[in-house]
Amino acid sequence: MVQLTLPKNSTIRTGKTWPKPEGATNVRKFKIYRWSPDDGQNPRVDTYFVDMDSCGPMVLDALIKIKNEIDPTLTFRRSCREGICGSCAMNIDGINTLACIYGMDEIKGDVKIYPLPHMPVVKDLIPDLTHFYAQHASIMPWLETKTNRPAKEWKQSIEDREKLDGLYECVMCASCSAACPSYWWNGDRYLGPAALLHAYRWIVDSRDEATGERLDDLEDPFKLYRCHTIMNCAKTCPKGLNPAKAIAEIKKLMVERTI
Amino acid sequence: MSYMTDRKRANRWGSAKSGTQHFWRVKVQSVALLVLVPLFLLFVAPVIGADYDTVTAHFARPWPAIVAALTTVVAFVHFADGFQVLVEDYVHGIWGKMLIIGMTCLCWGAAAVGVFAVARLAL
Repeated sequence: MVQLTLPKNSTIRTGKTWPKPEGATNVRKFKIYRWSPDDGQNPRVDTYFVDMDSCGPMVLDALIKIKNEIDPTLTFRRSCREGICGSCAMNIDGINTLACIYGMDEIKGDVKIYPLPHMPVVKDLIPDLTHFYAQHASIMPWLETKTNRPAKEWKQSIEDREKLDGLYECVMCASCSAACPSYWWNGDRYLGPAALLHAYRWIVDSRDEATGERLDDLEDPFKLYRCHTIMNCAKTCPKGLNPAKAIAEIKKLMVERTI
Repeated sequence: MSYMTDRKRANRWGSAKSGTQHFWRVKVQSVALLVLVPLFLLFVAPVIGADYDTVTAHFARPWPAIVAALTTVVAFVHFADGFQVLVEDYVHGIWGKMLIIGMTCLCWGAAAVGVFAVARLAL
């Protein structure tokens, strides 16, 4: 049964307010979710003040500044700092996005940062993506062929290659899946927008020879048909992709081969 | 405690190899209702507030009766299918199955009552 309230040990409390930087004139307030599995405490929201005159423009710049100069215990993932690796996905100002490419000028008022919603939290802003990655692996995200391997490369026309545009760019940050209410309620069985977008990327690939098997594997009331075209995935995707459209294309193919 | 691997947990029972028929059926019902509901309103509107004899005479004509019967059946079957999706979303386990069975019976029953009522008026 769907759970509408947080269990007692998950309710968020007001945390520590860190002192303002001395002598700073351009200060911005950050409210950041904190939780550690080691202290047995409830999650809390700590308040930090960052001197914006000595901080980069992106939310990740501020997080790194906080970790380096204010609170080294603040924990978050980051790597490429240019929207390619997908590591720093988090909920910023109510939107699931990548901290490295989300400018602070896009946020009015305090900057509120939480981990991706409805994912188990490992620590602070780090969600546990184990199940998300296992779901991705389950759709066989690789080229499946039965024909003998050609002497050179598997050929693909320019037109067929263009069909992969808007699909291959996904960086698996999980922003879309964590924004999808269907994934919130049925994430154990529903594959979610990210895995389904990747599934369609291989279904539509002209070189792949396992299209039928891929569609067979997806034809399921929970794996695929929990998508109700809510469109949160497309709205939140930091790369501007449209997983809902990819899922709709899969459904169209399912109907086409049935009717 | 379970030592199930992540991949096993993600694959669960594999694919049910179903869902497309239900998805397509709901789409067909939706399109049918797009046509039927305006027609139903068109046929019912003239006799709203009319006396019993006028209404029975109206529904004794083939088109108002057929449209009313079709709208009733398609609407209730559509409701049952939509309700099933709703329950699958939010209610799991035995309660979900009980709700789906209960609402399906209720909807088919309501559709049968509707058709019977139209038949009584028409015949």
